[in-house]
Amino acid sequence: MTTTRALGSTTGVEITFILIGLLTFGAAVLTVTVRNLVHAALWLVVALGGLAGCYLLLAAEFVAWVQVLIYVGAVAVLLLFGLMLTRAPIGRTTELDSGNRWAAAVVGLATAGVLVSVIGDAVRTTWFDPRQAVVNGTAKAVGTSLFRYWVLPFELLSVLLLAALVGAIVLSRRDVSDDVDAGTGISQAQATQAQATEAEA
Amino acid sequence: MHAIYPLTLAALLFAVGVYGLLARRNAVAVLMAIELLLNAVNLNLVTFSSLLRDQYGMGQVFTVFLITVAAAETGLGLAIVLLLYRNRGTAAIDDARELGEDGAFGLKRVPQQPDGEGSEAGTATGNTAATTAATTAATTAPAPKAVTK
Repeated sequence: MTTTRALGSTTGVEITFILIGLLTFGAAVLTVTVRNLVHAALWLVVALGGLAGCYLLLAAEFVAWVQVLIYVGAVAVLLLFGLMLTRAPIGRTTELDSGNRWAAAVVGLATAGVLVSVIGDAVRTTWFDPRQAVVNGTAKAVGTSLFRYWVLPFELLSVLLLAALVGAIVLSRRDVSDDVDAGTGISQAQATQAQATEAEA
Repeated sequence: MHAIYPLTLAALLFAVGVYGLLARRNAVAVLMAIELLLNAVNLNLVTFSSLLRDQYGMGQVFTVFLITVAAAETGLGLAIVLLLYRNRGTAAIDDARELGEDGAFGLKRVPQQPDGEGSEAGTATGNTAATTAATTAATTAPAPKAVTK
């Protein structure tokens, strides 16, 4: 099943994986550091597409195409719509990063250090051949295991997705907040009263 | 393939996501960092699915589940961010600090607005009516502080 192999002997698949991994990592770093918000969203697309390539190299082709469809297709468009609707600054902006940037960098580096050292010590030179796992990654195999062993989570997930969609629609409806404006009129009067008393004081 | 390459990539992506989650100020950028975190977990699942070759297809099925959950999370998160923007006129999460305590970790309760609206709401601590006035004013006339250069 899994064997060990010296780290020095790299195969062609590994070299390809390292190159795509470097691309993905660089795009991820640019996603969280670049000062242009739209560019950050586009670098996120590059990172997610690179991850789809990693999935292909790890012999998970169905997951790779699902990643391309949902992340590169839908989620990226959703994020760009979010940027558009919140009137995010299109050009370079100075106030994209909060004040705790250096603390965040320390936490991020500590996370990377701990995880990489622990995982590196755990797996060491464990080696596997992705070509033997290709049969597990086809659409047929994933669909079979999905509907043979994981039917109940699948159905629950569809209900969750429906609830999330209904919630998003309810949250972003405009006329709901218009209906309660009559109710907030009283509190607005109270507010002006409070402002008046504040001005007196 | 050595298992250490994809696992290291996943750990590094997770760390980058943690950095972005803590360092970004715009709520949509924070959502992007959360996507990176979830994708790091996905890469781990796919790697172990390929490494262990489980007969139930657990790793890859769970990856598909996680992608679906992430899509739902992004949709809901963007709706919440949109509501925040509509009520406050800004999508900066640093400005949403009504639930923070006064002076905890040296944080101001409400940051200074350029028009002095924030300081007024800051003095009326506990007076919810003044805060409501500020938010309704922001609802009727959203004034996003978009400082571009």
